[in-house]
Amino acid sequence: MDINVCNGECNVMSVIIAVIIFLILAPLVGGLISGADRIITARMQSRVGPPVLQPFYDVLKLFGKQNLVVNKYHGDYVLCFLIFTILSGCIFFGGGNLLLAIFALIVANVFIVLAAYCSNSPYALIGADRELLQMLSAEPMLLLTAVALFQVTGSFNVSEIIKTNRMPFIYLPGVFIALTYILTIKLRKSPFDLSTSHHGHQELVKGLTTEFAGPSLAYFEIAHWYETVFMLGLVYLFFANVPILGVLVVIGVYFIEILIDNVNARFKWELMLKSAWLATLILGVGNLFLLYILSF
Amino acid sequence: MDWVTFLILFPLIPAVLLLFTKKNYEAQKWIVLISSILIIIGSIGLAVEQIGHTGGFRYISSHFTNNLVMLGDVIVALVFLYICRSLPLKKYWIPLMVVIQYGLVLYYDFAGKMPEMNRYIFLDNLAVIMALVIGIVGCLIAVYTVGYMKKYHEHHHEIPDRSHLFIATVFLFFFAMYGLVFSNSITWIYFFWEITTLCSFIMISYSKTEEAMNNAFRAVWMLLIGGLAFAMGIIYAANVCNTIDLQLLLASKKSLVLVPILFLCFAGMNKAAQYPFGGWLLGAMVAPTPSSALLHSSTMVKAGVYLVLRCSPILQDTDAGAIIALIGGLSFLAGSALAISQRNAKKVLAYSTIANLGLIILCAGIGTPFTLSAALLLIIFHAVAKALMFISVGSVDNATGSQDIEDMYGLCYNMHRMGIIMIIGISGMFLAPFGMLISKMAVIQALALRNPIFPPIVIFGGSLMLFFWTKWMGYLIAITDKKPVEYHKDIGIEWIGLWGLAGLTIISVVFYPYIGKLWIVPMYGECPLFSEGVQLTILLMLVMMILPPLTIVARRRNVVFTKPYLAGVNVEEKGEYLGSLGASRSWSFRNYYIEKYFSEKKLLNATILSSLILWILMFVMENVMS
Repeated sequence: MDINVCNGECNVMSVIIAVIIFLILAPLVGGLISGADRIITARMQSRVGPPVLQPFYDVLKLFGKQNLVVNKYHGDYVLCFLIFTILSGCIFFGGGNLLLAIFALIVANVFIVLAAYCSNSPYALIGADRELLQMLSAEPMLLLTAVALFQVTGSFNVSEIIKTNRMPFIYLPGVFIALTYILTIKLRKSPFDLSTSHHGHQELVKGLTTEFAGPSLAYFEIAHWYETVFMLGLVYLFFANVPILGVLVVIGVYFIEILIDNVNARFKWELMLKSAWLATLILGVGNLFLLYILSF
Repeated sequence: MDWVTFLILFPLIPAVLLLFTKKNYEAQKWIVLISSILIIIGSIGLAVEQIGHTGGFRYISSHFTNNLVMLGDVIVALVFLYICRSLPLKKYWIPLMVVIQYGLVLYYDFAGKMPEMNRYIFLDNLAVIMALVIGIVGCLIAVYTVGYMKKYHEHHHEIPDRSHLFIATVFLFFFAMYGLVFSNSITWIYFFWEITTLCSFIMISYSKTEEAMNNAFRAVWMLLIGGLAFAMGIIYAANVCNTIDLQLLLASKKSLVLVPILFLCFAGMNKAAQYPFGGWLLGAMVAPTPSSALLHSSTMVKAGVYLVLRCSPILQDTDAGAIIALIGGLSFLAGSALAISQRNAKKVLAYSTIANLGLIILCAGIGTPFTLSAALLLIIFHAVAKALMFISVGSVDNATGSQDIEDMYGLCYNMHRMGIIMIIGISGMFLAPFGMLISKMAVIQALALRNPIFPPIVIFGGSLMLFFWTKWMGYLIAITDKKPVEYHKDIGIEWIGLWGLAGLTIISVVFYPYIGKLWIVPMYGECPLFSEGVQLTILLMLVMMILPPLTIVARRRNVVFTKPYLAGVNVEEKGEYLGSLGASRSWSFRNYYIEKYFSEKKLLNATILSSLILWILMFVMENVMS
């Protein structure tokens, strides 16, 4: 009885510690990844690039700027986007239910879309619709990943998935590849940066972030760091039983993302939707079918 | 007198009383208010009484009640034929269907060929939860109806005011629904079953316009197909299985009773508007909005899924069950996809109803305890949120004269309270941590174990849903340049229904674990969904959901207001911008409806065809095997 109580408390303590570590480390890691991303991108384009800490300087500067908003609710939705992104990360890194974590991420995503919708700006509205299309393209594969991991490890809880003694990747190579495919959509990188594409590239004026300025834009950036860490955590789960390999794969996958970002022109939304769903159906669902037939 | 008898019979009193209140709004209001309160008390009383019990029969040994039901059958059949009198001769097959099915059932009844039984009433937690849904959600809609109909006739002078008849039908509906969920004799269920069809006809044909009559008859003939299947199920059960006691049928050997059960499931899925029968539910939109709210949430379609859920013990682990699940899955996918291409708010809601019912049918077809628990949660959450969505669309329609989602741009700004209520409703339909999403999570968890087909169906359908709900929600919260117009000063008694259901949408999320522990776990056993970890996370998310309203209330300093970027100098007053030639130019925005892929033209026929193939496949397979 006593042991049980202790176990329970220790569990709660370890969850709280994990969550606190995540809250502090994730933006640091996310920011550094973003900085490294910019340097590598610059090198690929034969430029020197900014210092690795540049994303942090940017965000700090944004906080110092005037808080320009188009209406009084606008900034609050961005804040909710940040909060729910953090929450999804907390559920994930606290070892909680993977499905719930993904649903929390979806809620966060809905909030950023709402932020764009409420701005009454045609550019932001187009960005919002495009973000919705990106969600429509990517969400099935995200959830399917959770189902696939469950079928291999027998649990939806991240804390139990990482304790597995078999490597999910060996059973789920198709799911893994499909996940990396939609990762580009979730990270809003080219060729799937439809919803936040830059001024100068084309007519869309930075998509759904068009009307964010100052602190709102800073929140958006920070949320993006958390989002990146969450997504890479999902990639890591496929190699959870060999942590070093997991970290290496995560770095490799992110490098490939940067490479794809730099060598591709933007897709049209139809191509994005079709290719993402095809990848999900053929690689993801196909993988599950194989798993079912072979029933390891 | 116990709660069951009270709940079945009491709604008849207001139904009769209301017939005498033509154009007497005050009388209607008080009759509806008082009887609604009584019905809600009755439903809750029954539920409380039933805590800790798992199920029990009421025995009625005298023939009197059964004879009364037979007499009722005759009356219902005559009413059907009376309705059909206005039909052109070439639609002879509609009354023919009535004659065939009632001819069969009544012949068996009067010839004494029906097997004897005395366990006429069966009360278990499934019936209790249905009673709660019917009572609470239904009565809130009934209260709303009184106020709505008054305004409806203020806006539609061309339609004769027969609102007393309409509201009386609402209560007749309750009578039929309560009878249906408590009955254990399939002939009794059949009697109540056909009354719901009759009620929906009265409601859909309310305005008596040509479109309304057409759609009402379409509903009748489609639903009569289900009734015909039901009648065949009864005859088969009476002849071959030698019993019409539903619980006895369900306890028999699967191979013996699968055929009549499949007939009943067919009837259930027909009533639940599963493809190929989705059409009648779409046509039902022409009726005044409360009838849609009623048909889509707590009554009618829920009667259909209730029957399939009842039969699920027989379906579990059979090929037929898997095919029923597939048909449900197909309706889920098709309904969600079709909803994307719709601009009319009621149509979007109708397609999403078909989709969600498909999900429930999918769960029932699989039939494991976990999926059944998920199905029950879906029934509860869907009833509350869908009823709320329909009645708020109705009020918006009354205020602005439009059901077009494009016209709802900036609704929150113009109708604050109505906007908030609609946002609660939409959140309830698809957003974590609200009800429908919890249930969807449960479905995914429950299916993940079994196979590679069903989880992808649920996941893809869910993503499609996310798309159309979010774009609608975005339209509601948009802040426009125009000055707000205060529309809702003339919404009166409707607020009870609106706020009541909005409150329920939130409260049901907080209390769903208790509903689970008190009524679902005793019936279907433990389910990971009611575990404390999941509960805690959901509560946490719910608390987080309070943040958006809080941040909106909190005034922030240092905010500098600006105008949206329009790629030109903004013209302040009009929300326009200066074009290159110096003229003020306006901009406009229309949402994505993606008709290229999701329109009815593209999808509907394929869906109906594939569902037909699945049905034929199922019946052929059963016959080959048996």
